[in-house]
Amino acid sequence: MVSREPPSSWDPPRQGRWPWFGAFAFLFLVASQTVAIVTSPPDRDMGDLEKILYVHVPAAWIMSLTFAVVMFYSLRYLWKGRETDDLAAASAAEVGTLFNGLTLLLGMLWGKPAWGVWWAWDARLTSTLVLFLIFVGYLSLRAFVDEPERRAQWSAAVGILGAINVPIVYMSVRWWRTLHQVQSSPDTVAGIYVLSLRANAFAFLFVMIYLVRRRYEAACLDRAADHAEQDAALGGR
Amino acid sequence: MTESKSKRRPWVIAGVVAVVAVFGWLLYGGLDKNVVFFLTPQELLAKGTAGYDVPVRLGGQVKPGTVKWDDKTLRLTFEVTDGKSDVAVQSSGAPPQMFRDGMGVVVEGRFGRDHVFNSTGLMVKHSNEYHPPKPGEKPQEMYKTLIKGSGS
Repeated sequence: MVSREPPSSWDPPRQGRWPWFGAFAFLFLVASQTVAIVTSPPDRDMGDLEKILYVHVPAAWIMSLTFAVVMFYSLRYLWKGRETDDLAAASAAEVGTLFNGLTLLLGMLWGKPAWGVWWAWDARLTSTLVLFLIFVGYLSLRAFVDEPERRAQWSAAVGILGAINVPIVYMSVRWWRTLHQVQSSPDTVAGIYVLSLRANAFAFLFVMIYLVRRRYEAACLDRAADHAEQDAALGGR
Repeated sequence: MTESKSKRRPWVIAGVVAVVAVFGWLLYGGLDKNVVFFLTPQELLAKGTAGYDVPVRLGGQVKPGTVKWDDKTLRLTFEVTDGKSDVAVQSSGAPPQMFRDGMGVVVEGRFGRDHVFNSTGLMVKHSNEYHPPKPGEKPQEMYKTLIKGSGS
């Protein structure tokens, strides 16, 4: 049973210093993008197109990480039944969907000049799109189900189902023959690119943590308001 | 009510796990290593007559030295190789910017009985390597020299 705490024991998380962390995250993002764009020499094949590397790849990495967070909180919700875990999973799912959409969009912008096509139905692109659609479904599900406990259980199921796709997306270029190239590694990428890529991956990570945290705060406030409303309807305390 | 629900939770978890397993099996169990975006030249040739005149994608490396570009008729011909077999490809229109000797490509079209692959779409397959040009090379310009050098 989801513990339906009375409002008095429901303590929404406080924003504390998170706005400062957010300012830091976005400044760090701007700085690392600037350094990457200014310092990295053009690639020998694709010239300045190479700079999409610094947004497409971090978006994909952080997307995977965010969906792993969804998996973690969804499992913990099913295990412990705590409403806050459901809200944390939902917040991560929102942000993960954002990064998933970014990955697809930036990949298409890269594909057109580099491959000659915006899209190809290969295993990598298709599985990434499936992942995106599952999480769009997850968010729609949450919007349609009004009963909190039922919503949380169904969401947890879909969240786990969706997150299972992440390793499949990652391995798709190795398991199946695709247009998308296999993963790069520091051995296949010049050192000067690797450094900028890592800095930007951290920038995306900080932005992700910030966004998930703020969405979580908002979701908790929302639920606290619901609880207060219910208690008032039941005669108040 | 609280008690009955807390007893139900293990069943909910079990149900979820079962649904996830079945869904995953349905979605990916049916796919095996045969899900390929393109055939290699060797695979295409191995199909024999079954490989003729059907829509297919062929992928491999542009065999160095085989690229011919006619800038009047916009006809582009080259050979695709996987190191074992080569297939002659005929295409029209300007190729993607990154097309050059030795680059990975995937062509869409039909393999004719004359053993020429008629391409209706040309995609460049990039490797997982990113490097600045070596001293003396200039980025991107290889494409221009290729087009100019091998023209008419």
